[in-house]
Amino acid sequence: MTPDVLMPDVLVLGAGPAGMAAAIAARGQGLSVLLLDENAAPGGQVYRALQRRDAADAQERRDAADAQERRDAADAQERAGKVLLAAFAACGAEARHGAVLWAVEDGPRVFWSENGAARSAAPGRLILAAGATERPMPIPGWTLPGVMGVGAAQIALKTAGLVPDGDAWIAGQGPLLWLYAAQALKHGGRFAGIIDLAPPGVVSRALRHLPAVLRGADYLAQGLLWQRAVKRAGVAVLAAREVAAEGEGRLEAVVFDGQRHPADLLLLHDGVVPNTQVTRAIQGCRHVWEQGSWRPELDGWGNTGSPGVMVAGDSGGIGGAAAAALSGTLAALEAARQLDRITTERRDAQARPARLSLARHRAVRPLLDAMFPPRPMAAVADTTILCRCEEVSAGQVRGAVALGCLGANQVKAFCRAGMGACQGRVCGPAVHGAIAAARGVPGEAVEPFRTRFPTKPLTLGELAALQA
Amino acid sequence: MFRRTEPTDCTVFWDGAALPAKRGETLAVTLLAAGITHFRDTAVSGAHRGPLCLMGACFDCLVQVEGEANVQACMVAVRDGLRAGPQHGARDLDDAP
Amino acid sequence: MNRAIVIGAGLHGLSTALHLARAGWGVTVLERRHAGRHSSGINAGGVRRLGRDLREIALSAIAADMWANIAALVGDDCGFVASGQVKVAESEADMVRLEARADQVRALGWRHEEVVDAAELRRLVPAIAPHAVGALVTRDDGAADPMRTVMAFRVAALQAGATLIEDIAVQGVALAPGGGLLVQTDRGPMQADRVANCAGAWAPGLARLVGEDIPCTAKASMMIVTERVAPFCAPTVGAASRALSFKQTAAGTVLIGGGHQGRNDVAAETSIVDFRNLANAARVATALFPCMTGVRMVRSWCGIEAMPPDQIPVIGESATLPGLFHSFGYSGHGFQLAPAAGAAVAELIARGATNMPIAPFTQQRFSAAARAA
Repeated sequence: MTPDVLMPDVLVLGAGPAGMAAAIAARGQGLSVLLLDENAAPGGQVYRALQRRDAADAQERRDAADAQERRDAADAQERAGKVLLAAFAACGAEARHGAVLWAVEDGPRVFWSENGAARSAAPGRLILAAGATERPMPIPGWTLPGVMGVGAAQIALKTAGLVPDGDAWIAGQGPLLWLYAAQALKHGGRFAGIIDLAPPGVVSRALRHLPAVLRGADYLAQGLLWQRAVKRAGVAVLAAREVAAEGEGRLEAVVFDGQRHPADLLLLHDGVVPNTQVTRAIQGCRHVWEQGSWRPELDGWGNTGSPGVMVAGDSGGIGGAAAAALSGTLAALEAARQLDRITTERRDAQARPARLSLARHRAVRPLLDAMFPPRPMAAVADTTILCRCEEVSAGQVRGAVALGCLGANQVKAFCRAGMGACQGRVCGPAVHGAIAAARGVPGEAVEPFRTRFPTKPLTLGELAALQA
Repeated sequence: MFRRTEPTDCTVFWDGAALPAKRGETLAVTLLAAGITHFRDTAVSGAHRGPLCLMGACFDCLVQVEGEANVQACMVAVRDGLRAGPQHGARDLDDAP
Repeated sequence: MNRAIVIGAGLHGLSTALHLARAGWGVTVLERRHAGRHSSGINAGGVRRLGRDLREIALSAIAADMWANIAALVGDDCGFVASGQVKVAESEADMVRLEARADQVRALGWRHEEVVDAAELRRLVPAIAPHAVGALVTRDDGAADPMRTVMAFRVAALQAGATLIEDIAVQGVALAPGGGLLVQTDRGPMQADRVANCAGAWAPGLARLVGEDIPCTAKASMMIVTERVAPFCAPTVGAASRALSFKQTAAGTVLIGGGHQGRNDVAAETSIVDFRNLANAARVATALFPCMTGVRMVRSWCGIEAMPPDQIPVIGESATLPGLFHSFGYSGHGFQLAPAAGAAVAELIARGATNMPIAPFTQQRFSAAARAA
């Protein structure tokens, strides 16, 4: 590590839409920006490998006879991504890729690793834009090789052009499921079937949020377009309540409603949840339990309860790519005000258009949340694994509760759930939900997993080399 | 499983066997494209595992890369000649670096 | 029936409650959070006589006998394995110090600490660095699983008839009008004939509430846990002249501690890791175990441990409130002592006196020192 401690005005974690927008807006205020992202190129997950694909798709677009396809909903999102990527590349932020943040101390003081070496910075403000992860969807057999998240399949498609083929199934609910299915089909993929696990009554749940329906009409129109594309392609869509994966050492079949079908790929999806691994490890960052997961408690600008630490994007609450970018802009404007670069009045004036747009994008969330409520953990069988890393079953978690473990940390200390390599990233919401259900209390009554730094592993040698 | 829609341009070795790959894609994707979903055996029970998330969160895709143990295959960009293999249980101390 | 209230459901509180309940007392344990929430649940699980303050050895020896039969005591082996405790000498100067220590302990009549040479050290700890020249060992010391131990004592105490109330805050203790003591809680007052103050880092604060100022600060010792590694090190290893505690658990993970300090906020019940300081723990660990350089740490944490100035506990009846008994200040090495300390405090409470070797731990040692100063 160099002896000089880096001291940018703003350090941004994450090069997804929120992080890029924050970097752009901060640079627009003349702030120095250091951005850290663990991937090789910017874009986060939603715009992953967008520049690579843009080049590959250009010829395909020129050849496309169907103008409708060119204006496809998926492309609209990607158009926004390309604009953002270009602005980010030009904004003058110092972007470190392959940089993995592993700790934040008061100050803030930020620690990360690049190329096997630990580094540290003392920024004026820290904006965390760590995005979202897929909600765990524990079903029997979900740990079998061949069972993956829909998000994973989307990454395989975006980064390397992999499409599903053969006995590929999708099971779950939520907008991303339909977006992916439509994208995969468009690129020549094939599915044996899609198992729709959304609880019956989606439409009636939607209608209870009629104002949101009207404000979020474009979101809904997108969703319907995707579903239409899937059905037009002749993919079997079957409604079911439960699904299970079966096989010896790898996925061999998918089972639902008494039917058993051969399967070599099963893609699961039950929505996305904020990635709070870092914020839950920061003293002073409070969290609220919503929609079956934790999100940080933030004010309207993204300030957390920890001085100098802000959150933008999906990691502060699921809102989608457009909302993420807008919240990144707002966080940067607020950081500029806190660092005395602009007045409160100028901040508010510049923030006004972003705020209006953000309100519109956020208005549809209650509708989507109501249409696709997280699958209840009480319904997960005792023998189903909840903590994949330590192979702890739902029954073992319930047993720990029965012995008197009231919170996630007690359960963890007792049966190792959440102690494995992923440190609760995957199992957190599931274990938490199972504890709440077993105790018969709402999720917010259960003490959440305490995450600890390092939030990503680093070698003892790297830590030993950290200079004081 | 998965099928490639883009050409490959290099070779990666998995447990000694040559696999086609595309420079810059992750090792996890290379394996999936070749129909390989068994990346490791868990340290707890020896159960077979493969990737769940492909974005560095689940730590189920742990493999050995160039002798280094417990590397997330989804965070390794392949280059021509890369050698990798399954992670069988807990790492040994002799595993590099 | 005689009633006792135990404040704090860490291992010392649960052990005290267990022994008292088995002696026929009606015991209620009051815990602000949940059993084992602080030091008891997150320590390295060292079951160690090796290297103790001379005043602790007698109590530690009794505890060691209890650990050897812990399943008979609490119905669970607590994950205890007598895999040994080793204190490594890195230089001849270290060896001289360890040999002097061994002599000192033997002169007191104890035989559990043994000097070994480089060859024997390498037989016990094959992965130790080449520069290590020898060690002081206690072969049948070992380590247990801290949370499993806490839960075993908890279950045993409940089975013996004790009651545990969690999520309750104690606000004070005073004489009850009709005799006995009154414990004020945020759920109302509770009466008892005797009260045990086993509240860990919060015990000195409780003592102050009854007018007793016992000098005690709080440590914030940090720990590292690594990814799982195939078994390579059975004993728990420390170093003679550097801060280290190194233990490979049954799961294969390696716990690295040694007392490197983070930061505490006792009132807020939180403690924070200081990474630039934690780097010291990594440096010592990789210096003594070079093979660990490439092993990944997956988590670190910090524990709040009460520590009197001489780093041995405070055990004894309150000087200002008769009927209140203190048992705290174990300074990060109370885990092994707990089965015996609980028995001693229980006997002190039940019988008014005990023959167990807890005399050195009276808080009067501070006022006596003050008088002598």
